[in-house]
Amino acid sequence: MMPPLPDPAQIIAACLIVPALGTLAILLAGRWPNLRETVTLATAGTLAACVLSLLDPVLAGGRPTLTLWEVLPGAPLAFTVEPLGMIFALIASGLWVVTSVYAIGYMRGNDEHAQTRFYACFAIAILSAMGIAFAGNLLTLFLFYEVMTISTFPLVTHKGSEEAKRAGRVYLGLLMGASIGLQLVGIVACWILAGTLDFQVGGLLAGHVDGWPVLVLLALFVFGTAKAAVMPFHRWLPAAMVAPTPVSALLHAVAVVKAGVFTVVKVVVYVFGLDLLTDTAGSDWMLYAAGFTILSASFVALRQDNLKRRLAYSTISQLSYVVLAAAILAPLSVMGAALHIVAHAFGKITLFFAAGSIYTAAHKTEISQLDGIGWKMPWTMGAFAIGSLSMIGVPPTAGFLSKWFMLSGAYDTQAWVAIAVIFASTVLNAAYFLPIVYRAFATRPAPVGPGHADHGEAPLPIVAALTLTAAGSIGLFLFPDVFLSLADQLVGGRP
Amino acid sequence: MMLSQTLPALQVVLPLVAAPLCLFLRPPKLAWLFAMAVGTATLATAIALIIQVQHTGPIHYEMGGWAAPWGIEYVIDPLDSLILGLVSGIAWLVLVYAGPSVEAEIHRDQIPAFYVLFLLCLTGLLGMVATGDVFNLFVFLEVSSLSTYALVAMGRDPRALTSAYRYLILGSLGATFYVIGIGLLYMMTGTLNMEDLARRIPEVADTRTVAVAIAFLAVGLALKLALFPLHKWLPGAYTHAPSAVTAFLAATATKVAIYVLVRIFFTVLGPIDAFQTLPAAISETQVVAVLAMLAMLSGSAVAVFQTNVKRLLAYSSIAQVGTMMLGISMVSVTGMTAGLVHMVNHALIKGTLFMALGAVALRVGSVRLEHLDGIGYRMPVTFAAFLVGAFSLIGVPMTAGFISKFILVRGALEDGHWLMAAAVVVSSLLAIVYVWRILEVAYMRSPPATAPRVREAPLVMLAPLWLLALGNLYFGLDTTYSVGLAQDAADYILTYMPGEGPPGEHPGLGPGARPAVPSSGGAH
Repeated sequence: MMPPLPDPAQIIAACLIVPALGTLAILLAGRWPNLRETVTLATAGTLAACVLSLLDPVLAGGRPTLTLWEVLPGAPLAFTVEPLGMIFALIASGLWVVTSVYAIGYMRGNDEHAQTRFYACFAIAILSAMGIAFAGNLLTLFLFYEVMTISTFPLVTHKGSEEAKRAGRVYLGLLMGASIGLQLVGIVACWILAGTLDFQVGGLLAGHVDGWPVLVLLALFVFGTAKAAVMPFHRWLPAAMVAPTPVSALLHAVAVVKAGVFTVVKVVVYVFGLDLLTDTAGSDWMLYAAGFTILSASFVALRQDNLKRRLAYSTISQLSYVVLAAAILAPLSVMGAALHIVAHAFGKITLFFAAGSIYTAAHKTEISQLDGIGWKMPWTMGAFAIGSLSMIGVPPTAGFLSKWFMLSGAYDTQAWVAIAVIFASTVLNAAYFLPIVYRAFATRPAPVGPGHADHGEAPLPIVAALTLTAAGSIGLFLFPDVFLSLADQLVGGRP
Repeated sequence: MMLSQTLPALQVVLPLVAAPLCLFLRPPKLAWLFAMAVGTATLATAIALIIQVQHTGPIHYEMGGWAAPWGIEYVIDPLDSLILGLVSGIAWLVLVYAGPSVEAEIHRDQIPAFYVLFLLCLTGLLGMVATGDVFNLFVFLEVSSLSTYALVAMGRDPRALTSAYRYLILGSLGATFYVIGIGLLYMMTGTLNMEDLARRIPEVADTRTVAVAIAFLAVGLALKLALFPLHKWLPGAYTHAPSAVTAFLAATATKVAIYVLVRIFFTVLGPIDAFQTLPAAISETQVVAVLAMLAMLSGSAVAVFQTNVKRLLAYSSIAQVGTMMLGISMVSVTGMTAGLVHMVNHALIKGTLFMALGAVALRVGSVRLEHLDGIGYRMPVTFAAFLVGAFSLIGVPMTAGFISKFILVRGALEDGHWLMAAAVVVSSLLAIVYVWRILEVAYMRSPPATAPRVREAPLVMLAPLWLLALGNLYFGLDTTYSVGLAQDAADYILTYMPGEGPPGEHPGLGPGARPAVPSSGGAH
């Protein structure tokens, strides 16, 4: 006999209430840093446990739901845990624990100001990630999507400098402008056309619309979800790099950008449905838009000397992999899209952790300054190398897995353009990541000037966190079962 | 007669009779407490009316026992009860809030007069809503307008006088146009009772006199509700009026004017579809819809460049009036619902914002953008409320502003008005810009080193401010009472048909003297 489990609906509620209470507790504990950080860690841990306890019911084919009150007649605040949302929630909550450890090391190591605000906004951002992951209808999704934009704004502008302010304007203007200007219109149009906003297996629009309106709606959603950073709605992401590195790591490699591509995949699968898009001539523009973004962002990344900016452009390119994979519209490639959300999360967070580690220990931000740093910071740069391999898609890293599925799907549907894009960008990925690794390990460090103390590794919490995520990248390659079966269920596989 | 049956009269008579009494209460505190007590009683009456209307349907009350259409009749239908609740609720909150603000901004000797005028203004607004008689409505329109001019003129800034003067001229023009309009209608139908007018108007619908009447009414009311391009009185009046007055006016005055427009065009003239006969500006799109869109875009665009926050929000109000009118001009249940919901929500939004500004004005002494550096840290509790209102103004989800915008876009798309949906979206984007200018100054600049330390506003100001701010959040999450009531009202208005008339001949004309098509003033 299994011990009685709490009602899944209650666990969903807990996933929202825990970070909310955590925010409150962080604000109250603001005066005592140790207590405040304990609260953050406890909240992150509890949340991860809550999300994890939803995994078994979902793997068994259950779809726990929680419906709260109606915000508008016929459109309640509702949550449903389905495989894709489960994947997103797992990585967001799991990596929050690791990032919290890292953030403590980073924020203290750099003696940042306004740390209470930082941790509180972070918790709200995670809360909104949970809301997005479990959203049962478009209205709920949109609500939390906007909460995420607003709660991450103070994090992006954390420094308070003129540069940060300018970046904040771009960030907010693009994200909120696109969501209100395009996505909201798409949502309302869906409601009128289909009479409902609830996500449905097979697509809520299926049977309600065909022909060119499908293309218009698709454009409203793909571009309206600016968090997915499909060009030309990508500029907010490099701008956001002005934020402290833990923010770039968890939010701009995992939570915020993944909320974007998650929304796109979710909309493709549950709002349009693969069949509707396959039957609509012209819906392959999404594939070309994504392909263009992948390649051009990679070219821009090649030319960046600032490490975080190079990572940001790499993120833009990698996000469009997910959009591209969804746009191929083959079940295998959609699985690839879901897996790439996971693989990229682990790989990119490792790279950002490493960048922050270098900044904390050596106060270096440019790639040209990294000569021989690998021997001074072996753990950091070792992890960086693993992350790079995962970005390129070399086994034994998770990046290989997702690319494999994408390519299989593309091959099934004879999407030669997609295959060409993936191959070309793999070469480009290698071209902008491997030189960093080479420089770090194979060149001689610049001599340390007089009056400068030489540096070693970053503080322990930082090193521990980035080692863990790098190990995760490899672990996912070796043991991908959980995510594989979730992705399989997403495209209609039986549990 | 039972007390519950006299509620419609009580709603108006109570503040009217109480108003002059303030003059005898010289100490400002005493006048304030008295006005507050009157406000409480008025609000209680309005709530009782809402409940009664929900149970029994529209209430009719004959003033002095004279049966309609001979006497003046008060009618409270679902729309009326919604607006009465809104106006008296906001009035109550502003009255609570007014105490310290008024003492700081208005000369001590004038304070009792301030409360007299405030209660008279409230009387006028409530009367316009409660009455079922178009001329009686004009009387209340003037009661509220005249007291408003005086209230605006009480502002500290000398420019308040010129603003009040401009408002007086334009407002009087609007009222005159209105009274000319109803004069023409009276000429054709011989009645001033709204329901009776609605019954009789179809007979004379095709006459040129009625067409002229419709034109006069439309222009007069557009002036009163500040529809672009007849909005020029509004920015000055809102900017230079005392803070409490601005909060009250912004939340109620234009709303009641919009209510009057809806009332006249959709119920009194509803049977002849007067609103739909207003000229079309662009192909099928009506002139009101086009003006509404222009209001939304120009108001928002001008707001972006303002440096006085009160003036900035005043221009935003012009845009928001456009938003409401856009919903109404769709003449669909969804559009009308959106317009009416936005009346309520915008009252909450602008009430919050102007009250917060009043608190800032009290402590800092200025609401110009350059004096607000880091105000979010200097007065955190006050400005957090402003933040909520500002998000609601943009239409961020989980705030009231989002709900109205959502329904409005839905109304536009339902009927395939892509241009209207685009206008709503563009004006929201502009709202992000002008709101963000304020928030950036408030939160992303540090307070100047020379700035004196300021305290939070007193509790009597913070409490109503936060009640409104929480209202913004509440009505963003639960719309049973806002959208629900507005939808009932929209349904009622768009399907309105006057009841059967009283037996016997019409009072205005002697027996048998009433020709089917009047020869005088008719279509020649």
